[in-house]
Amino acid sequence: MNLLLLLIIIFSILVLVRLANVAQLAAKLSDESEEEEQDNDNRMNGIGLMIFLWGGLILMVYMIFRYKAYMLPVSASEHGVQIDKLMNTNWVVLFIVFVITQVLLFSFAFKYRFNKERRAFFFHDNNKLEVIWTIIPTIVLAALITTGLSEWSNITDYAKRKEGLLIQVYGKQFDWTVRYAGKDNKLGESYFRRINDTNPLGVDSLDVNSNDDLTAREMYLPVGVPIELAINSRDVIHSVYLPHFRVQMNAVPGMTTRFSFKPTITTAKMREITGNPKFDYILLCNKICGVAHYNMNMKVVVVEPADFKEWLKSQKPLFENTVVAAAPATRTVSEKPNEKKIVALK
Amino acid sequence: MEVNQHSSEAHVTETDDHAHGHAHHDDHHDHVENFWTKYLFTTDHKMISKQFLVTAIGMAFIAMFMSLIFRLQLAWPDTKFPFLEGFLGKWAKDGVLDPGFYLALVTIHGTIMVFFVLTGGLSGTFSNLLIPLQVGARDMASGVLNMLSFWFFAVSSAVMLSSLFIETGPASAGWTVYPPLSALPQAIPGSGLGMTLWLISMVLFIASALLGGINYIATVLNLRTKGMSMTRLPLTIWAFLVTAILGVLSFPVLFAASLLLVMDRSFGTSFYLSDIFIDGAPLEHVGGSPVLFQHLFWFLGHPEVYIVLLPALGLASEVISTNARKPIFGYKAMIGSILVIAFLSFIVWGHHMFITGMNPFLGSVFVFTTLLIAIPSAVKVFNYITTLWRGNLQFTPQMLFAIGLVSFFISGGLTGIILGDSALDINVHDTYFVVAHFHIVMGSSAIFGMFAGVYHWFPKMYGRMMNKKLGYIHFWMTIVSVYGVFFPMHFLGLAGVPRRYYANTAYEGFSQLININQLITVFAILGGIAQFIFAFNFFYSIWRGKRATQNPWKSNTLEWTTPVEHLHGNWPGEIPEVHRWPYDYGKPGSKEDFIPQTIPYSETPESNTPDDLKH
Ligand code: HEM
Ligand SMILES: [Cu+2]
Ligand SMILES: [Cu+2]
Repeated sequence: MNLLLLLIIIFSILVLVRLANVAQLAAKLSDESEEEEQDNDNRMNGIGLMIFLWGGLILMVYMIFRYKAYMLPVSASEHGVQIDKLMNTNWVVLFIVFVITQVLLFSFAFKYRFNKERRAFFFHDNNKLEVIWTIIPTIVLAALITTGLSEWSNITDYAKRKEGLLIQVYGKQFDWTVRYAGKDNKLGESYFRRINDTNPLGVDSLDVNSNDDLTAREMYLPVGVPIELAINSRDVIHSVYLPHFRVQMNAVPGMTTRFSFKPTITTAKMREITGNPKFDYILLCNKICGVAHYNMNMKVVVVEPADFKEWLKSQKPLFENTVVAAAPATRTVSEKPNEKKIVALK
Repeated sequence: MEVNQHSSEAHVTETDDHAHGHAHHDDHHDHVENFWTKYLFTTDHKMISKQFLVTAIGMAFIAMFMSLIFRLQLAWPDTKFPFLEGFLGKWAKDGVLDPGFYLALVTIHGTIMVFFVLTGGLSGTFSNLLIPLQVGARDMASGVLNMLSFWFFAVSSAVMLSSLFIETGPASAGWTVYPPLSALPQAIPGSGLGMTLWLISMVLFIASALLGGINYIATVLNLRTKGMSMTRLPLTIWAFLVTAILGVLSFPVLFAASLLLVMDRSFGTSFYLSDIFIDGAPLEHVGGSPVLFQHLFWFLGHPEVYIVLLPALGLASEVISTNARKPIFGYKAMIGSILVIAFLSFIVWGHHMFITGMNPFLGSVFVFTTLLIAIPSAVKVFNYITTLWRGNLQFTPQMLFAIGLVSFFISGGLTGIILGDSALDINVHDTYFVVAHFHIVMGSSAIFGMFAGVYHWFPKMYGRMMNKKLGYIHFWMTIVSVYGVFFPMHFLGLAGVPRRYYANTAYEGFSQLININQLITVFAILGGIAQFIFAFNFFYSIWRGKRATQNPWKSNTLEWTTPVEHLHGNWPGEIPEVHRWPYDYGKPGSKEDFIPQTIPYSETPESNTPDDLKH
């Protein structure tokens, strides 16, 4: 196989040497002057540019329609629908600009190809034009920025969101764990030095808030309920990416990051929408994190709130053996740091 | 070799006759140059430029091979390629690429392309070649620093490549080397010795970039010939100058970031590390922040993309104007937009970090500055298009490449507006959409600028012409494959496919995208073949190409007033004086359709305008 490759390379080099020689000889022999040859090249390449332009645009549009089916389905979260809308508006604007500028670029090139009877138009400055094409992009961009930023502040303004269901998403090489806060909607404090085999998240068992916490390896979400993700990592940077919900946030060791969203479409419903009975939501790791980065994911299931409660009941709490009576003693100690670490922004 | 030595002797005497009076030349012209001083430890900017170019071409081929290997993997994840074992040995047992080595390939591919080809290679080649020649100087301000700049570059390249051969493999944390992944050998094998070599290599590289940069700045500011005011500089020189300034201001920050990373890796500090439990044990590090590294990295990283792009745009300006036989439109606006872009490029770095947990309000500020930078970029595009309008275009290969560059700059700039909009970035960040964006706007634009430069200035570098027909084949195959590879990648990104994935097999929903991946790989192979045509044309023409005339493109700039045969000191006699700007192409009334910068207005009464006489 390697030998073959080598032979192919050597052979193609030989062919190219021949070609170059022939081309040079031919140029010498023919009485075609260099000028005529350049004329011919200008014509051929000019035509080439036109074919490339229109052929390319047609192929582009074809691909857009052909691959549409492969794109993400309708957003399964509230803010995601807004993002998609914004994205589409942007695409319309950008596509128009794209077509205009590319058409001008290639058509001018074709139209004004060399002709020795003609001189170029000596046109080197025009302040009016410069002002026009400074101002028009400025206006367009201003519009895009304002719509974009208002959406951004809607998405990131945690203060506006109350009563979210608090879920910790915990990344490590190479899997995810979710921890539900339980009835009190408060997560017990966790700290990396407390991690051991039976306590992979390093949760403080003496923290009263942790008593009803429970962990799972699949993320269940109730539809229509605001969710707040508190995201952590224990080793390197990972990233929580939920493409179907238009959610992404890095998991950074040493700090808690957050993302709030509201799922709007259950898995069952999405299976209908996509026409794919095997469809499942997924949480992907989207920050390079090591050898098995490409395998680091977790199934996400959106269900009706009632089903969610059922499911939650069937999960086992983190510290089944913890004596509730231990709680009052540690409560005062753990409440403050806990508030800071996990739910500070609430 | 004999012959070469002879002719070089001839040059030396010739130069000596004429170049007397130029103090810094007298001393090393008394002895005959030998192979070592002529080809290796040379201080002549033209030879150094060729050294950079040839090294960069070699590096580019290595990086391209890497990309073809991982493209094969992405298109046919379940197929075995036994020949890979021949190349890669244990990294591709039985023809199955190792997932860890996949990441190593991606990392080294990116590092080589961004730093060694498009920074060192592009600026090193063309700043060195053109700054002295176009400003009218005998050489760089310091020939010795210039030589050192190349040798730091060469050693740095060698160190980077050597990391491919070590037991634990090269750095594998991505070209952005975010810690903790890059800091902890427990996290990925490539973060052991491989990462150490990466850091050593980058430190040498930074030294090279700084030595080159201060030299370029000093030369442009101080060694311009008589009459060459700043507003008579070709746009190439403006681009190189601003690029050098960007480099001098931002590379030290990368140096600092690397140094802190070295401290964290080897000396137990905690700049970037905190709260880490890995390999069954908690680490001692507390209090650091991985996000700090990202701030430092992108403070270099974003200016870096303009360090790559501005020289390419500068080369394109020159090539387009010359081949359109028409002045570049909006010379002053072009300079203005270069300066504005350069300034803004220092305050947009946060757009790489919208979803790192950075304060959302800070994110908004970066959205604003990022989209501002699109304005001067748009101005440049419109100016290029207007330059073509009613021109008289010669489609030489370099002209085609320059037009291709403008096309990419538009396509990639527009998708940048999506990425710069933080709300939209949420769902496409770190997906193939980003890969598509930066390959088109930075990778392909800059490579096309570099090709345009090589085809245009090859006669100046080697005294011979490249074969035009092969140049056309190269251009058409390359532009088709660039769009063929990178356009479909946008769809992958919009479908939610993450970048830096060894395979998209873990999620059932991505399986239908495999045919897009195969399409991409087919175009990638086509593009790879095209580069062999280029390499062949390049090396063949060095020795066998048609001999060049002094001014083959009928160009105005000073480099074309030097003799075809290189001589140390560039001009046999006095350095010519400059009397006009470099873009008097197609001036009404002039005899020919170009008037070189060295022609005084007094010799062209037929074409002078009232404006000219004011100067
Ligand atoms: C209109 C102008 C541009 C805008 C608005 C823009 C915006 C952006 C943004 C926001 C990102 C971050 C992507 C993400 O968060 O996932 C990005 C990535 C990138 N851009 Fe641009 N960009 C522009 C032009 C350029 C140019 C001219 C270059 C190169 C010369 C370039 C090279 C890159 C590179 C290399 C990345 C990849 C970073 C990574 O590894 O994730 N961009 N661009
Ligand atoms: Cu991960
Ligand atoms: Cu940037």
